[in-house]
Amino acid sequence: MRETEVKAAENLMDTNKNLPERASEKKKQRKRHFGRRILGALPPYIMTLPAMASFLLFTIYPILDMILLSFYEWNGLTERKWVGLGNYDYLFNIQIDFKIALKNTLVYTVAVVFFLQLFALIFSVWLQKDSRINSFVQRVMFFPHLCAMLAVSVVFSWLMDEQGLFNAVLEFFHIPGLRWLNDSTTAMISVVIVAVWKGIGYQALLLLSALKSIPADIFEAAELDNTPPLRKFFRITIPLLSPQLFFMLITITLNSFKVFDSVRIMTNGGPGKSTLVLVYYIYEYAQANLKYGVAAAAGVVLLIFLLILTVIYFRLIGKRVHYQ
Amino acid sequence: MARLTRKQKRAVKRAAGNTVNLIFKLFVSVLFLFPFYWMVTTSFKPYLETLKFPPTLWPQDFTFEGYVHVFQELDILSYIKNTLIVTGTVIVIQFFVNVPAAYAFAKWKFKGQGLMWGIVMTGFMIPGQLTFMTVYFMFADWGILKTLWPQIIPTCASAFSIFLLRQNFKQIPEELVESAKLDGSSEWKILWRLMVPMSKATMVTTILFSFINHWNAYFWPLVMTRDEDLKPITLAIERLKNLEQGLNYTDIMAGNVILVLPLVILFLLASKKIIQAMAYRGMK
Repeated sequence: MRETEVKAAENLMDTNKNLPERASEKKKQRKRHFGRRILGALPPYIMTLPAMASFLLFTIYPILDMILLSFYEWNGLTERKWVGLGNYDYLFNIQIDFKIALKNTLVYTVAVVFFLQLFALIFSVWLQKDSRINSFVQRVMFFPHLCAMLAVSVVFSWLMDEQGLFNAVLEFFHIPGLRWLNDSTTAMISVVIVAVWKGIGYQALLLLSALKSIPADIFEAAELDNTPPLRKFFRITIPLLSPQLFFMLITITLNSFKVFDSVRIMTNGGPGKSTLVLVYYIYEYAQANLKYGVAAAAGVVLLIFLLILTVIYFRLIGKRVHYQ
Repeated sequence: MARLTRKQKRAVKRAAGNTVNLIFKLFVSVLFLFPFYWMVTTSFKPYLETLKFPPTLWPQDFTFEGYVHVFQELDILSYIKNTLIVTGTVIVIQFFVNVPAAYAFAKWKFKGQGLMWGIVMTGFMIPGQLTFMTVYFMFADWGILKTLWPQIIPTCASAFSIFLLRQNFKQIPEELVESAKLDGSSEWKILWRLMVPMSKATMVTTILFSFINHWNAYFWPLVMTRDEDLKPITLAIERLKNLEQGLNYTDIMAGNVILVLPLVILFLLASKKIIQAMAYRGMK
């Protein structure tokens, strides 16, 4: 609207001045501007082209294809056969494995989220002060985060071997040894232990940097008031950390839903189905059973979970920018 | 007098508290270091010693047999070669893909920018665990399954790197860009001669992340490779663990030491830098 008004006003002025030569000159200029505008608008598209092409080809298209595939039966070789909601029916009504995988994933996630947050909180407050020993402990705790989950899982399978060190320690204290990864009641706990052990240092680091950003005078005021440490912890530290804690909750949940490496190395989903998780289910149906339709449908379920969490995640990021 | 003793009591109490605190901290350190100790010592034990229960805390007969197996029978060097080729190629290509994209998003306003940024963020969120099926068949169609490209191409655009670099480019003052433009520098010159040199630290961070991610990559190569001669080091360790003649923890741990060693070295050299970068990543 405004633009047309401005143009109309310009035209009026031109006619008022009654200078036709100038008008034609302007037209020429406008033409030149138009050409330059196209050329001038091109660079950002050229610069983003490779990245965009890559994301479209390796993220967007495969996701759309997966959603489509979830309505078909396909073994990877023959033609795709339309089955409507058949794959979803298979997941939720006909077969029990998928529901077990969902349940296991939820149990794993809740356990990892809870223990990671709890220990990260304890360690970050405990190791808060700047000192040599604290920074040493922080570094030692952090290092497993850099290692491949595969490497860590391999070491823990050895430690948790029935003839391994953990059982030797238990025996030393006259406690009967556990079957760890070979027992359906302890297998999931063992996988959780590994994830928590690997993640604590990193999560504690995030909380430590959040703690550092809390203005020192708040703690000084609490000290002047002689606030008891426990009360200080629950009334000051936790509320001030709550944005970061909630943020961690989302990111840990996002990652826990994708758990695969440790399960694949340590238990292969067993014993029985006790550590069968979502991604392992997808992997098994695609790679071993060649039922791509079922795998895709399971993928869609995982996608929905990830989408919900991501929406919350970005809402949070938006809010944080406001605070700063 | 009474006051003094109270003071002394307090001092004793504090000293005791500090000692307990220190012991706890050392204990925690041991908890986190021990698995690595166990990995290294096991790799130097002869096979028969690993079967002993309770296990020996230090190898009784020190041996390099595990490493000999890993290098000669498994030929771990060929796996490492694959990992290094993939990682190196990705880092080079990523530079030319992510830097211009990040620059466009940081310093330009263009139609469809919001939508395109949304696509980048989707790439950030969707894991390979959801895309591998379609991508595998796509690569089969292209006829490149028998090369290393399936491990390289899909990771060449990194949403995280673009995000990180964009933040960095945004902080470079507009006046610098303007004055470069007045001097007649082209957009490309501004990008490569001004932006890139001013973002060295961020570049190093993205390269670091790419290296760690690809050195440790497990899921993607697992679903993309069928041929043994295309597999990276992680799959070599997995192969050791799945050998049919049963578990030989001497060999497995020797392989694992080789897998972890570069990261130890990296961490010893640049722990501060790595921790800073990781903390930044976690906060955004």
